[in-house]
Amino acid sequence: MYSKQVLEHFKNPKNRGKLVHPDAFGQVGNPVCGDIMKLYINISKDKKDIVKSKIKEIKFETLGCGAAIACSSVVTQIAKGKTLEFGINLDKKFVLKELGGLPEAKVHCSMLSIEALQKAINNYLQKFNDKNNKKESKNNSSKKSSSKKNSIRSKTKK
Amino acid sequence: MKINKIYFDNAATTKVDKNVLKSMMPYFSNSFGNSSSIHSYGQKAEGSVLKSRDIIAKFLNCRSNEVIFTSGATEANNTVLKGVFFDFKGHLITSAFEHPCVLETAKYLQKNGVEVDFVRPEKNGIIDSKKVLSLIKDNTRLVSIMYANNEIGTIQPIGHIGKKIRELNQNRQNKVFFHTDAVQATQFLQMNVERLYVDFLSMSSHKIYGPKGMGAFYVRKETRLKPLFHGGHHEYGLRAGTLNVPGIIGFSRAIELIASEEHKKDILNIQKIRDYVVKEVLKIDGTILNGDRELRIPNNANFLFKNVEGESLLLKLDMKGIAISTGSACASGSLSPSHVLLSMGIKPESAHGSMRISLGKYNTIDEAKYFVKELKKIVKELRKYSPLK
Ligand SMILES: Cc1ncc(COP(=O)(O)O)c(C=O)c1O
Ligand code: FES
Repeated sequence: MYSKQVLEHFKNPKNRGKLVHPDAFGQVGNPVCGDIMKLYINISKDKKDIVKSKIKEIKFETLGCGAAIACSSVVTQIAKGKTLEFGINLDKKFVLKELGGLPEAKVHCSMLSIEALQKAINNYLQKFNDKNNKKESKNNSSKKSSSKKNSIRSKTKK
Repeated sequence: MKINKIYFDNAATTKVDKNVLKSMMPYFSNSFGNSSSIHSYGQKAEGSVLKSRDIIAKFLNCRSNEVIFTSGATEANNTVLKGVFFDFKGHLITSAFEHPCVLETAKYLQKNGVEVDFVRPEKNGIIDSKKVLSLIKDNTRLVSIMYANNEIGTIQPIGHIGKKIRELNQNRQNKVFFHTDAVQATQFLQMNVERLYVDFLSMSSHKIYGPKGMGAFYVRKETRLKPLFHGGHHEYGLRAGTLNVPGIIGFSRAIELIASEEHKKDILNIQKIRDYVVKEVLKIDGTILNGDRELRIPNNANFLFKNVEGESLLLKLDMKGIAISTGSACASGSLSPSHVLLSMGIKPESAHGSMRISLGKYNTIDEAKYFVKELKKIVKELRKYSPLK
């Protein structure tokens, strides 16, 4: 039923566990079957362009089926060391290819991990923007703000 | 002791007993005749089929012409339900936790004009006979309640319901027929149709160490049943098709074996192993036993583990060589949790962490010890990496 790659990731998952002081996290529940995944990230910030910041560390906790655990493992493996921009645009097809495919009924499990990653990244960007906005409102009285909103929209096709 | 592979999924299917296999072999080669043929080949086959039919009739305490061979319990159940309602669109009472081959047939009949009531079991996985009886009305034609549930192993009060229906029938023109799917009960419980007061009863060979694709149903002479298959004059007009002679021989041999004294000892041993597993597994925090503790067949245990998902548990155990089953949505293909657990009022998120073990006569206490040890480790590991604590 499962490919060799899926079983291997299930057997020896990469990046399983939690980060004690994560910069951000994303948690999603799967409406289809009721599974839950939480993904933690630590970021090394790119001061010039925030979306070019890199995912330094990444960990996951998943309550779910074999496919869900394998997807969590492979998504964290792919995302580690990559930019936020890369992570937010991670495509389902790419994940499925890495896993050697999934049974039809299990394809939705791959979305769980991708959504958790996107949520974690957005959580980070949100925090970053909130911090910037605070600084700006402090400086607002003196100079004209040069607010540069940082939000990226996912190009991922579902 | 080195343990390689452990099969704890005997409710799904069983290993064919060596004696059963041996009894079947001649009917594939030398005695390959069609039991309907008139020549010596046919006579030989027919003689053996007659003997098999007698063995099963004796086991059920019925007449030989009341035993109809089928391709399994799915066909037996389909024949009974559809056969009763073919030309009479009345009322059917069944339970909400039947095997899919009864449940889906009932839903199909419902779509085609039959009135159907699905009785839900109580929290302990047992059908309240009063609820069943109170639903009987003028146009009720059939009551179909399984004998032992295949997921949680709970035993239903078949004899009691049957007796009450028999009493009601004395004052009725349109009799209510009573059917039970006895697949999971066959090797453990009372199978005398006179004591069960049933009009129809279904069995499957591969759950009792017989070959797959083989089953039978009992049909009381006084009932009028329409066949599902039409063709030659086989099975008293209730099931056309050349008889599966080796299958029938193997099935009847399997019945002989479960009726033997030897099997009584096997059952005691199975129960001892099951009780050990239940005792040990319940020591794991956040674990519940599903279904009544006493009123269950001796080979079944069904648990819920909090914050564990059943399919990953199954896969982890499989990697250790242990075969079990789960009612988790993730393992179902349809992505909905076990209808049996839901019918008992268990929440979908809890059903997620369900595990069924079903033992057989080839299991040993050493296997159970190894299983418990591995299970404890796996549950701990899965919980450690769950976002819910
Ligand atoms: C209670 C029950 N009824 C019916 C069946 C179907 O039997 P068969 O596999 O012979 O069609 C099964 C087994 O899957 C069962 O457990
Ligand atoms: S997470 Fe439930 S089916 Fe994969």
